[in-house]
Amino acid sequence: MKNVFLIISLMLAVDSFAASKMKGKVSIDGSSTVFPITEAVAEEFRAEYPRVRVNIGVSGTGGGFKKFTTGEIDINNASRSIKDKEIEKAKENKIDYAIIAVAYDGITVVINNKNTWAKNMTKNDLRRLWDAGSKIKTWKQLNPAWPDRKIKLYGPGTDSGTFDYFTKAINGKSGKCRFDFMKSEDDNVLVSGVAGDIDAIGFFGYAYYKENKTKLQAVAIDGVAPDMKTINNGNYKPLSRPIFIYVNKASYKRAEVKAFVDFYINKASSLVSEVGYVPLTDELYKEQFKKF
Amino acid sequence: MIDKFKSRKRTEKIFRAACFGLTFFSVLILVVLLFHITMTGHKYLSWEFLTNWPSRFPHKAGIKAGIWGTIWLISITACISIPIGVLSALFLEEYKIRGKLGKVIEINVANLAGVPSIVYGLLGLTIFVRYCGFDRSLLSGAMTLSLLIMPVIIVSSREAIKAVPDAIRFGAYALGASKYQVVFGHVLPIALPGILTGVILALSRAIGETAPLIIIGALTYISYTPESVMDEFTVLPLQIYNWASRPNEEFHYLAAGGIIVLLAVMMSMNFIAVMIRQRASKKVKL
Repeated sequence: MKNVFLIISLMLAVDSFAASKMKGKVSIDGSSTVFPITEAVAEEFRAEYPRVRVNIGVSGTGGGFKKFTTGEIDINNASRSIKDKEIEKAKENKIDYAIIAVAYDGITVVINNKNTWAKNMTKNDLRRLWDAGSKIKTWKQLNPAWPDRKIKLYGPGTDSGTFDYFTKAINGKSGKCRFDFMKSEDDNVLVSGVAGDIDAIGFFGYAYYKENKTKLQAVAIDGVAPDMKTINNGNYKPLSRPIFIYVNKASYKRAEVKAFVDFYINKASSLVSEVGYVPLTDELYKEQFKKF
Repeated sequence: MIDKFKSRKRTEKIFRAACFGLTFFSVLILVVLLFHITMTGHKYLSWEFLTNWPSRFPHKAGIKAGIWGTIWLISITACISIPIGVLSALFLEEYKIRGKLGKVIEINVANLAGVPSIVYGLLGLTIFVRYCGFDRSLLSGAMTLSLLIMPVIIVSSREAIKAVPDAIRFGAYALGASKYQVVFGHVLPIALPGILTGVILALSRAIGETAPLIIIGALTYISYTPESVMDEFTVLPLQIYNWASRPNEEFHYLAAGGIIVLLAVMMSMNFIAVMIRQRASKKVKL
């Protein structure tokens, strides 16, 4: 019995010794939405594999895919799925990849704290408000019981994955939207915009709402408000979305990339909620390993 | 007669007040900005802040990678852009090319100074990162920034060289000096203070750039300092930008702390340059 313990502890020691000795480089780029998660993983990973150099850039999901499909980076942080054009490019360059879901994000529709009427909206309300060519200017036009004042719209820039997803889920087609709204690439600008105007309505990732709960309120969609639970079990519809990392399969054959990705999937559950996103179920995380 | 004299004096007074007021106004804006940044950021300034790697916890996050990245990047940029910029200016001024070619070069340089920085980023990505195969290294970044600030150095150096009185050149020639001796022994030392002013302005611009560096693929998270010019890097402005756009408000204060560090790095750089300039201008007395 003693020997067994000795052997096990020896094996563990050898294992962690190997980890601390492992060298190499993991290059990552992509979305600013996924960045906080990958950063947290890299930070923890460094403690166990101090000699592996992990570096993360933030050039947006699209910018990341440009580098990913030419093989310049090992992993792309993606807040949307890969587009047809990008798939073609990957094929051209013979890049084979695995799509790993790492968390859920719930796009949150927010209103001012003093807004007492629009706490609950239907998907149809949102579509009538945001659809391309929408004529809705006042709250009253949306619902006769609501005040006859001008609605002020706020949203993320049209290049962002959040904008793509919102327009697809609400208006049926990615990018189909009215364009007379206040745009900002910086979600904090949207937060202060909506927080300072009683007639404002806007949308952005759940993490920004979670940090600003005292300044804003979230709109329940068809009666379901976004929180960790409703986003995770899919009741918050249609605005909860998975976010991904795309892993180059050729890179995954390198020991340091494999170590990093495996570490990512194993630790995601706890790290994801720490940085304000919603983790998948444990079974779903296990399934991600089968994709290689 | 006396009336005219009085009105002239009045105009003089008004003009003086206007100049003073406007100067005061621009200084006031700077003071307000500095005050605001210091008030929000000073609590986060500590030794750990300067020596820690980026982190998801605001109290653990540090700016070491950014500081070293910025120092490396700006040093390499200076090594590339100053010689090329100053020598180009000397060539254009002292070895004048006559005719159309000279005009074309002149117009081109002036136009380059006005090209948006993101365009240089795209150029750097295509040429240095992809074509030359330097990847997203310090070298690619420094070369891109060099392209960006070279026109500024060339234009300001030319002005400084133009300001050197011809009498100096003629005097040297009369004593039998060659062109090389005239240029390096006389024109350059006299023009040096002016050239250095241009260099300071150009490098100060380079130190705050983010757009072209994002394009060529500078990083946001990195937990090692560069060891050679071929290593990846991040810079202070990128780190600050990342913190300022995060959901957690504490990171916004960290961003303010980062700005203070960036200002300190920039000011100490300028300080060194000003010292060199003063020594240079003391040596040469016209």
